[in-house]
Amino acid sequence: MNNETRLRRVKRFIATLNQARELGLTVTEAQEGSLTLCLPYSERIIGYPDTRVIHGGAITTLMDTASGSVMICVLPEFELCPTLDLRMDYMRPAVPDKPVYARAQAYRVTRNIIFTRCEAFQDDGETVAQCVGTFMRIGQAATPKSYRDLIVGNDPATGDDS
Amino acid sequence: MTTPEVLKYTQETGDFARMLDGIPYASFIGLQCDRFGDDLIFRLPPKDANLGNPILPAVHGGVIGGFMEMAAAIYLMMSQETLRMPKIVDFSLDYLRAGLNREIFAECHLTRQGNRVANVMITAWQKSRSQPIATARAHFLLDDKET
Repeated sequence: MNNETRLRRVKRFIATLNQARELGLTVTEAQEGSLTLCLPYSERIIGYPDTRVIHGGAITTLMDTASGSVMICVLPEFELCPTLDLRMDYMRPAVPDKPVYARAQAYRVTRNIIFTRCEAFQDDGETVAQCVGTFMRIGQAATPKSYRDLIVGNDPATGDDS
Repeated sequence: MTTPEVLKYTQETGDFARMLDGIPYASFIGLQCDRFGDDLIFRLPPKDANLGNPILPAVHGGVIGGFMEMAAAIYLMMSQETLRMPKIVDFSLDYLRAGLNREIFAECHLTRQGNRVANVMITAWQKSRSQPIATARAHFLLDDKET
């Protein structure tokens, strides 16, 4: 699988997640074992109105989505992998009016579990938050074929790319 | 904004509308809160925009996390541990069951209260309190009690 295919699959996957669409998440890049997502700034997700800083929950969703999508970049076939746990460290508030990026990496894949780490940062390169997570592999069979086809692009309606 | 005046009003009346209206992210996910005596129950009514996994369909795990995080912060303000929205330091979240597309409830417990840091445990459930969909614990900084 090349990076263009990975990018297309991740984009299609993100597009099926209502909350990711609601937040306006986009895919910046995808490669073997890692990817980067972008969360644009929005006044709707402010958690601290006096400073206009966005709420940690939006960053949690960004990092959960990034970490949960990275399985597309490590597994040969698409499998839905539910989150087992996440541990988030919020190092500094995200500067308002600027996007937040999350780069997720799958650093260990076993038959049952995918171990991930993820860093959220802004344009100046400063780390806003960090997250480690584990995701359960429930197997391909647990993901309906129509949904798998939608993500990998075997659906005639979306075009075949794989 | 959750000013001391809004906080005082909310503490006295148990009416959370003004407080929640002042926090955009609370409205974004649709967080609600009810007070029963001294106890607070947080609610997240079903909302299509909050869904993640479209197959089940299930609420996005990040929304469940954000809901629990915001619940813990409001809980700390209501228990007068801090006058302003406390800053979250870290958050550890275990997902136990899928959050289906119906209402989610959450309650909080203050595990440990130091001078500057509070540790809060949060439990979220749908069908039954005895079958939580997620548990979490969080550390918050309470650095501005005087201001």
